[in-house]
Amino acid sequence: MDTTIKKSATPDSMFTSKLQGLLRWESFLVLIVFLVCVMNSYLSPYFLDPWNLSDATFNFTEKALIALPMAMLIIAKEIDISVAAIISLSSTLMGLVAQMGAPVYAVAFVGVLAGAACGLFNGVLVTRFKIPSIVVTIGTMSLFRGISYILLGDQVVRDYPDGFEFFGQGYVYWVFSFELVLFAFFALVFYWLLHRTTFGRYTYAIGNNPTASYYSGIKVDKHRLILFTLVGVMSGVASILLTSRLGSTRPSIAMGWELSIITMVVLGGVSILGGSGTIAGVVLAVILMGLVTFGMGLLNIPGIVMTIIVGVMLITVVSLPVLITMYKTSLKRKEAKAL
Amino acid sequence: MNSAIFSLKKVSKVFPGVKALDGVDLHLYPGQVTALIGENGAGKSTLVKTMTGIYQPDGGEIIFNGKPVQFHSPHDSHALGITAIHQETVLFDDLTVAENIFLGNYPMKKGLMTKRFSIDWSAMEAKSQEILSSINAHMSPNQILRELSIGQKHMVGIARALSVDAKVVILDEPTAALSHHEIHELYELVNTLRDQGKAILFITHKFDEIFTLADRYTVFRDGCYVGEGFIKDTNEALLVEMMVARSIEATYPKKDVEIGETLLEVSSLCHTTEFADISFSLKKGEILGVYGLVGSGRTEVMQALFGTTDHVTGSVKMNGKEVIIHSPKEAIDNGIVYVPEERQKQGIVLELPIYQNVSLPQMERLAKHGQIDQEGEMALARQYCERLQVKASCWDEKVMNLSGGNQQKVVIAKWLATNPKVIILDEPTKGIDIGSKAAVHEFMSELVDSGLAVIMVSSELPEILGMSDRILVMNEGLIVGELSRTDATPEKVVSLATGGSVTC
Repeated sequence: MDTTIKKSATPDSMFTSKLQGLLRWESFLVLIVFLVCVMNSYLSPYFLDPWNLSDATFNFTEKALIALPMAMLIIAKEIDISVAAIISLSSTLMGLVAQMGAPVYAVAFVGVLAGAACGLFNGVLVTRFKIPSIVVTIGTMSLFRGISYILLGDQVVRDYPDGFEFFGQGYVYWVFSFELVLFAFFALVFYWLLHRTTFGRYTYAIGNNPTASYYSGIKVDKHRLILFTLVGVMSGVASILLTSRLGSTRPSIAMGWELSIITMVVLGGVSILGGSGTIAGVVLAVILMGLVTFGMGLLNIPGIVMTIIVGVMLITVVSLPVLITMYKTSLKRKEAKAL
Repeated sequence: MNSAIFSLKKVSKVFPGVKALDGVDLHLYPGQVTALIGENGAGKSTLVKTMTGIYQPDGGEIIFNGKPVQFHSPHDSHALGITAIHQETVLFDDLTVAENIFLGNYPMKKGLMTKRFSIDWSAMEAKSQEILSSINAHMSPNQILRELSIGQKHMVGIARALSVDAKVVILDEPTAALSHHEIHELYELVNTLRDQGKAILFITHKFDEIFTLADRYTVFRDGCYVGEGFIKDTNEALLVEMMVARSIEATYPKKDVEIGETLLEVSSLCHTTEFADISFSLKKGEILGVYGLVGSGRTEVMQALFGTTDHVTGSVKMNGKEVIIHSPKEAIDNGIVYVPEERQKQGIVLELPIYQNVSLPQMERLAKHGQIDQEGEMALARQYCERLQVKASCWDEKVMNLSGGNQQKVVIAKWLATNPKVIILDEPTKGIDIGSKAAVHEFMSELVDSGLAVIMVSSELPEILGMSDRILVMNEGLIVGELSRTDATPEKVVSLATGGSVTC
């Protein structure tokens, strides 16, 4: 079987093949993003207006911030579906300290801290008690949101300090909102973390083979713990943005977001079984989802129909490459038979 | 001589980019054992899959009982009485022995409705018992498979093959995971099957098996048919030459190396269930062979040294200093590395490229402020993989595209790159082809020459006797003997390892 390998004995050719392999899914996404852009601008004259586009980014930036660490977590063969509940709990705690008259930075700090604590809690349950992460986070999903309901009841908190609205409503420059700039910044940070650091390499190694990684001296459980905490922290950050944008907190905030976040990650080419995926893919998937929802919004398509379209899109896009490979192999088979 | 019951003529199988089988011939005769010999990658597994209908050939003919046949699925070949026992048995751990034997072919109760929906449990049990006793397997049909040893599971696999009145039995490296004693039981079984007139294809790496069991042989190399004949007309050297197309004179290139001071001292290492009172020392430049049957605790002891086994008491000293090892990280930091028996599960990340596997244990050393130094990684991989002569098209090739032998070389390269003092090799040549085997052995000699100490765990006697300076024999979690190179004979080692009596 390895006749092809044996031919060249001293290999030195480098990353050419790798680049090609990595870029395939991402370039495919770029193509679809482009198609959607063309389609949208054809369907609606308002699509290419910069302010409209800028407004559209608010649809996804908060979710996208969580999708970044979530991609790493899924690459490491774990998952966290309690993220939306973390947003809710973090937002609730921010609301409570805001009611007590805390200043802006203290409110934001509480938001991040609450997220970190929730993530750490998930991580400890997964690593210390060896419970599968999907089970743990199904549990904490109800737990975190349940605490929010107990703390707030039917209340709606609106007493946020002046200046807090900047996080979710402010602009850094021209059409570039604080949210968008923050997402761009974190996208670069996570790109660096996953593709350029030892931490990222360990993530891939663990996702592909946790046992061999452990046998190679990697502290697998510690790594997982850090990843869960990272997801928690970013959920806290997202919670600050969302709370600030809405200007209020209810326990039901961000209901159902975990699924759209995981959809972004999977659409970005991250294997749900772990081990592979890139940040570039996730960023493209985020943009794609944003454009599609925005386009449908311009066309006044009702929310329920949008969900259906997003679902169909996910299945189609994810299955397309599989169908293409199947078609290719069947062609090659025929060629081989003809020989 | 009667004629072949099952023949392949000029069979080819092409995968994208690779010709796995290139016009091969194979003939199986009733009442005879044919050994199929070839290095890893010679196309043996593809052949088995073609014979059992998992793959469809792209060319050539399959002839059964003089008639050309076509297998569209495993079901078709099964219906003709062709059964295969695969290397890793495909059985179900949570079902009973009887359920496994008759899986997919359950005896049904009679009656209009019941014959569709109702299994005749008592008949199944009785038939299972019958088959099991015919092959001298001592187990109850009602035992859950999980409770059985690997050897016993093989017996169940064979019983399964017999339950359908097989005419052709294919055994794909059945002894790879068996202990000495179990291997002998398997031999007897194969002889029984032969006497019953079944045509047997026996695929193996081990020459002693070929010469004890087989009547005929067929040799493949790189997907091509090389030759066939009667075992009585050939010898090992000839077969090896056919397999690798070159002659290998010394299989065990043991060099005499000056033995230095004591490096590793283990005293009264105990574990609650797996082993007790393990004490031994290891000197610089020494190869210490550890022999024992499967289940003797040898792997567990090694894993304890590497920090992956919990609940261990006792002391380990490196260079006279007591060290505490609770994780592989601590073991690596102390200069102890472990090349595991379960290479693909514990040794290597198949989906990552070669160079990333090599650098994995020392990413932190190679990185600057957490940022990976890819040049440094590449240089490291190149240095050690070239030293071990890993064959690959490029160093960023994924490890899963390599053959077993080359994968093993990557594991060893990975550990050598960490500059260890003690290297533990657990079954270093299991499941790898002859060429790579010799390379690994040669390399062991080179290692001790450069001042390392090697612990080699193996259940292959020739390897233990051929390579070790000293041999520790383990049985049921205890060290039952220590032999020097000059004292050791196959008989002594085996009788120590089996505790003098026949236990399973």
